[in-house]
Amino acid sequence: MALPITYNVRNVRVRWQLTLLAIVGIALVVTTVVFLTAMASGFRLALRATGRTDNVMIVQKGANAELTSGIGRNAAALLLVDSRIARDEAERPLSSPEILVVATYPRKADGAEVNVSVRGVTPRAFDVRGGIRLVAGRQVQPGLPEVMVGERVRDRYGFEVGSKVSIQNKPWEVVGVFASDGSGFESEIWGDLETMAEPLRRTGGYQAVVVRLADPSTFEAFKTAWEGDPQVQVSVFREREFYEAQAGPIAGALLGLAGFVGIVMGVGAVFGAMNTMYGIVASRTREIGTLRALGFSRRSILLSFLTEAVILAAAGGVLGCLLALPANGVTAATNSANFSELAFAFRITAPALFAGMTFAILMGIVGGLLPALRAARLPITTALREV
Amino acid sequence: MSGNGKAPMVSVEGVRKVYHRDAEEVKVLDGVTLEVPEGDFVALMGPSGSGKTTLLNLIAGIDRPTSGKLFVAGTDVAQLGESDLARWRSRNVGFIFQFYNLIPVLTAVENVELPLLLTNLSKKERRERALTALKVVGLAERSQHYPRQLSGGQEQRVAIARAIVADPKVLVADEPTGDLDSKSAEEILALMDTLNTEFGKTIVMVTHDPRAAQRAHTQWHLEKGVLSR
Repeated sequence: MALPITYNVRNVRVRWQLTLLAIVGIALVVTTVVFLTAMASGFRLALRATGRTDNVMIVQKGANAELTSGIGRNAAALLLVDSRIARDEAERPLSSPEILVVATYPRKADGAEVNVSVRGVTPRAFDVRGGIRLVAGRQVQPGLPEVMVGERVRDRYGFEVGSKVSIQNKPWEVVGVFASDGSGFESEIWGDLETMAEPLRRTGGYQAVVVRLADPSTFEAFKTAWEGDPQVQVSVFREREFYEAQAGPIAGALLGLAGFVGIVMGVGAVFGAMNTMYGIVASRTREIGTLRALGFSRRSILLSFLTEAVILAAAGGVLGCLLALPANGVTAATNSANFSELAFAFRITAPALFAGMTFAILMGIVGGLLPALRAARLPITTALREV
Repeated sequence: MSGNGKAPMVSVEGVRKVYHRDAEEVKVLDGVTLEVPEGDFVALMGPSGSGKTTLLNLIAGIDRPTSGKLFVAGTDVAQLGESDLARWRSRNVGFIFQFYNLIPVLTAVENVELPLLLTNLSKKERRERALTALKVVGLAERSQHYPRQLSGGQEQRVAIARAIVADPKVLVADEPTGDLDSKSAEEILALMDTLNTEFGKTIVMVTHDPRAAQRAHTQWHLEKGVLSR
């Protein structure tokens, strides 16, 4: 039978000064890994939530961001007669033609001039684009110099309902604030398409047209038909995939960074844990000799010290997760594919914490193995002579 | 064979123990022959470096002879493999050390219970037997104390309770009074005497202390690896 786990737990507790350094080392690695993973998942969520699976994003041929795209009004009109597009009771297509420009505003936190996307939409945008809801004020009225702002724009630039926002040197009144499940729209300013087209000099066309398909399975046929049509010159994407592709390189890089930093720091922490465990074995040499004399096998000594290393590492893991937790919901921002600021919230998810704990325990096993082997291999007579 | 016709508890025959220090050969034991009848109380004496602790370690099965025959409690211990030897120790040998060697993070009763973790006894039975052993050494009321809360003499008594709890046939003691004041030493020796006379334990003790040696029935002297009475 193995040595009881309470033996290890009490040893860790009694000798906590000795183990503290290793625990903190592991904790910091876990914090970093959880933190970077949370950043990546928050960023990915911000862009994924921007798209619906049954919506189709139509942009200029070859464009992979809205800002670099342009679709003429005539081409858009041609597209909208396609029978695969869903229609409302009045037989109007569920479509949202949109214009997009970039304006700069001083950020509240540090006063830095930052790009913000300004989007002109029709009232239909609320039916076509997913998950958008007003959290304050009202929608804009066509014809009036009014805008709505996303929640993150309000938070980061201080555009409250009733304040004025300068667009093309003219004041526009903020009449509403909207949320969209954490998506990229929350980092945008929205106004009425026709009211904005003139001052923004976008009267000739749109940046993109978003349409809802009546049957999402017809997407491939829709895509093939229009991408092959020389009259319109467009590229067709599923809306979610379009935005996810924009997240791809950045979220992927973040996750790669989390892995790289985790491994580099992890190697350091493993050596720290190993050093601590060697110290623990050395300080308990006579104890190990005694246990072996009493009849405990090499295997139970090995398991016992590995267990102790894992307990130590798990304590570090828990501490690391706790240190990372306050970052949950903290907003950070990066540049989107539209060269505008895209704010997103850190998401500390259960899988991120699980990954952190697994990583911690792995570090404990790797760091504890050699010292535990040394403990198990000590000759009993030499071990008993240690003072 | 000893005088009473029974097989001896410990039988050492022509045992040699040689260490290699670099190219040099160090003969610690040079053909030692010794028989300890069941129920005997033997003291091994001799100057330091004479090999008495080595002999004790061989009898206890925590070291192996270079050559020679070694039977303890009817088992040819020199032939046992590593894990068989560990199991054999847990059933047949009780250890008493000079510095008690209690586990500091375990209470007195948990320390005494340790050898029973290697048996099939239930948790309840283990605890009961550990408490009984503590009663035998007169420390039942200290069962929940940690070693650091006990005096040296008390620690050694807990260690003796641990040595007898699995009911081994042989007790080996390496300088059991070496770290104690004379009053505590006297108590420990009296306790060992009781274990020998009342519980029939065979005891092999290494000691420097002439008063401790007096308690034994048989005294052996080791000098440069050779045994004499």
